[in-house]
Parts: sequence; structure tokens; C-alpha cells
Amino acid sequence: MHITKDLVAASATPLVLGILAEGESYGYAILKQVNELSGGQLEWTDGLLYPLLHRLERLGHVDSAWETPPGGRRRKYYRITDQGRAELAEQRRQWAAVVDALRGVWSTAQSIRPITTLAWEAGR
Amino acid sequence: MTVDGDNDLEGQIAEWRAYTRRRRELHHTDAEELEDHLRSRITELIEAGLRADEAFLIAVKRMGSLDELSREFAREHSERLWKQLVLPGEPDGSAAARSRRELPVMVLCATVAALAIKVPGWFGLDMSDDNFGFYARNVSLFALPALAAYFAWQRRVGPRVIGVLALLFVLGAVAANAYPLADDSQTFVLTAIHLPIALWLVVGVAYVGGDWRSDRRRMDFIRFTGEWLIYLALIGLGGGVLMAFTVGTFNAIGLDAEGFLESWLLPCGAMGAVIVSAWLVEAKQSVVENMAPVLTRVFTPLFAATLLAFLVAVIWTNNGIDVERDVLILFDLLLVIVLGLLLYAISARDLATRSGLFDRLQLALVVSALIIDVMVLLAITGRITEWGFSPNKTAALGENLILLTNLAWSAWLFLGFVRGRMPFARLERWQTRYMIVYAVWAWTVVVAFPLVFA
Repeated sequence: MHITKDLVAASATPLVLGILAEGESYGYAILKQVNELSGGQLEWTDGLLYPLLHRLERLGHVDSAWETPPGGRRRKYYRITDQGRAELAEQRRQWAAVVDALRGVWSTAQSIRPITTLAWEAGR
Repeated sequence: MTVDGDNDLEGQIAEWRAYTRRRRELHHTDAEELEDHLRSRITELIEAGLRADEAFLIAVKRMGSLDELSREFAREHSERLWKQLVLPGEPDGSAAARSRRELPVMVLCATVAALAIKVPGWFGLDMSDDNFGFYARNVSLFALPALAAYFAWQRRVGPRVIGVLALLFVLGAVAANAYPLADDSQTFVLTAIHLPIALWLVVGVAYVGGDWRSDRRRMDFIRFTGEWLIYLALIGLGGGVLMAFTVGTFNAIGLDAEGFLESWLLPCGAMGAVIVSAWLVEAKQSVVENMAPVLTRVFTPLFAATLLAFLVAVIWTNNGIDVERDVLILFDLLLVIVLGLLLYAISARDLATRSGLFDRLQLALVVSALIIDVMVLLAITGRITEWGFSPNKTAALGENLILLTNLAWSAWLFLGFVRGRMPFARLERWQTRYMIVYAVWAWTVVVAFPLVFA
């Protein structure tokens, strides 16, 4: 399944903030976690995560610091700020509203799914 | 995995890093962050069983194209475009050492220019009304040598070019001061106007690093001139505000700052601004869109409309042009403006694109300016014999003819281009070649006119 660009972009901020709310992390680890959480469905262009992180930092939602773990490479770690947590809560409310609305739509239009499946199978 | 594989991988990563370095939107730390990501991805892929080079290819592919990446970074960090005015990127090795020295050298040149204008004061030629003539004639000799020196250093020009530059500046100084001229004589005014132009073209030789035969480099100098004028005007505006506040605040505590302002801040600031503007243009080159072409886009339609309206008015009312003494100068200036609009439209044009509406507008502008100028010239030829040839009239007429020739041939080339028969590059080449004519004319006025009309 391919998730459209717009959906990926819209969900990027709450995903990143949500992952950082669990504890500080760095770009590659965040990306891997997104991948795991979505079961590989959400595909990001790796590089584009960084402009997003920088934007969140500029807005004050996250902090960053370069750290060198013993025996490792110098790496830029991000951690969520209080303002970021507030933003995450707000996003969560908004997404809950969207998901509720969508759930309503799916249940009233439940008949759509079997028909398309049948039509598709008939076409084979 | 073999040691060779490791070395190859390091080499490939170094190459990728070099690519990111060339992107001015990506700062050093951004590149480092991205590299860390790249390495993490590669390590994981190798652990999954891929060979090093395969892992590298996939990791780079997943990173996304550098174009897209730098666009996103530029969008997020738009302030960087301005920061680069002062902090150039992170070039490597000797280039870095050189760009570190760039700022001090610029400051040195600006200081030399600022102090140069005070030097005549030590020899009794202070800035009073008595010596106005001296300063008006020599004003370009204070700042422009320093500017040429700055470019000579920056472009690392050879000793021969430096010799030629020095010779030309000496020639300019001699021409401005050797002839015994009264301050109100016509040739004095002509020298005061033409010497800066002549010397500016000498600065151009330094700007192009001595490679003055190259058309592309000359076009660069034209671009530079436009941007430089804009920066100078902006710095001038800021300086005006600064001076107004200086006078106002010191007045408030009963001190008179005007003397300091007139004898130090204004002259030294103006001379320093010449160098600083040039440095700013160079520093922000290719980062921010150039302003001169933008202004050209705005004013070309307006000037075209004005000139066409003027032509219609002349035909409608059947009024002849009133041939006053200053009218030639006025129409010279009009031609200069039209030429400037043409030049800066050319300077920003993608040579490969086809002609469009803007090109037709430009053609209309040039043609209407030509028609108006021919009308003026026809009206004036009858009067020239009556007045005789004074230096002013000769200079004004000569300039008019030079600009008229340029614009007439430009219009012809433009017409060929709009009709799709000629490549646009012809027009660009014509303009860059024509710069020689300006240089010859300006130097003739400076060097020969005082002799001829003595």
C-alpha cells in the first residue's frame, strides 16, 4: 500500500513528537521507530526528516545537542520540550477528532468494501 | 568484508560529503548530521548481508536527491541566505584560509579608501568651498584604486595586469590635475563626470581578473555594477538616517556634531561604502536573487508606456520639441536609462528560452526611445552650427550618437530575435563588446578634451 505524500506530511509532526516524548533520540533511530510503528507502511525520504526536526527546533518544540557516546560517532540528539509536549497533546486532540469522524464515515459506508472486493475479484 | 571494501566505502562517503559541501544551503553541521544517518543506514544494510557498495547506493538513494534536500533546507533556513553575507560556507584548505582573510582585506581596503580622502587635507587642501573643484575632479581617485586593489587581490591577477591598472590610475590622476582649468570651465565639469566612468571601467579590468577579452566576464561585470549601485544606494540611505540621528542626539545635549559629520563621517563613510558595497555584492552572489533584473522587470513596462504616451502626445498636439540647451543632456540620460533597462534584462535572461511578451515590450521601449532621440537630433542639428562646438555640446552630442548607435543595432538584433531568426546571445555579445566604445569615449573626454578645447 502506498500512503500519499500529503498524509505522510500531515502525520510527520505528531509522530516525531510522540517518539521524542518517550525519550531523547537521534534522526536515524526516529526514522527506524516510525518504520516499526507503521509496520513499514509509512515511507519517508530519509533526508527530509532533518529539515522537519530543524523546524520543530526553531518553533521550540524540541531541543538538540551534539553528544559523543563512548566509542561512538558524534551525533545530534533531540529531546522534546514542555512546549513540545503541549503541542503533542493538541495534535493528539485534533487527530482524535479526525479519526472519530473517519470512523463514523467508515461505519455508515460499510457496504462499499465488499462491493469493491467482489468487483475486483470478478475482474480476475 | 575486506579491507579494500572498507576503503572504497570511506572513499564513496567522502565523495558524497564533498557533494553536500557544495550546497550552500547545507551547513557543515547539517552535512555531518546527514552523514551520521548515512553511516547508520549503511551499517544496518551491511549487517543484513549486503556488500558495502550496494549498501552505500541504497543508503544514498533513500536519503533522497540532494536537490530536493537542499531545497527543503533552504526553505526551513531562509535566514541563512542572509547570514551568508557575513559567514561564507565551509570551504576546505587554502580556500578557507583565503576566505577568512577576505573580511580583513576588505576592511583594510575600505579604511584606505576612507582615509585617502583625508590625505589632501594634510597638505592644506581642506574640504572647503575653495577646494570644491579639486575634490569634484578627484573624488573617484580616492576610492576606486582601493576597490581595484581589492579585486586584484581577490582574483590573484598577475603583475602585468597590476602594472596596467596602476598606469591607468596614474594617467587618470594626471589628466584630472595636470591641465590648468578654471573651476567653472566646461571641460572641468566634463572631467568630473567622465573620470569616474573611465576609472570604473578600469576597476572592471581588475574585477574580471585581467581577462577583459571574455564576453562572459564582461557580462559579470555589468551584473556586478547594477547590484553594486543598488547596495550603495541602500547604504547611502542608512548613512543618511545615521547622520540625522547623530546631529539630532548631540544637539539635544548642546553639542554641535555637524563639523565632525561634514569633515569625517560623510566623506570617509561614502568612500568606505564604495568598497563595502562591492564586497557585499560578491559575498551574496548566487545566494539571493539579483535586484537589478527585478527592478528592470518592474520599470520596463512603465518606461515603455511613458515613452509611447510621449510619442502620441507629440504627434497629437503637433508640438515640436523645444530645443533648449539642456535638452540634449536630458535625452542622453533617457537613452542611458533605456540602455540600462535593456542591459539588466539581458543580464538575467536565460539565453535558451524563446521570446515572450516581455521581449516585445522591451523592443517597443527601445524603438520608441530611438524615434524620440532621432526627432531630438533632427531638431538640434540646425542649431548646432548656430551655437558652435563647445566642449559640452560636443560631449553631449558624442554620447548621444554612441548610445543611438548601440540602441539602433540592439533594436535590429532584438527584432531578429523576436521573429525567431537570431539567437539571443548575439544581442548579449553586442552589448559586452560595446563596452570598449564607452571606455574609449570616457578616456577621450578625460584626456583629450582639455587639450582640444584649451
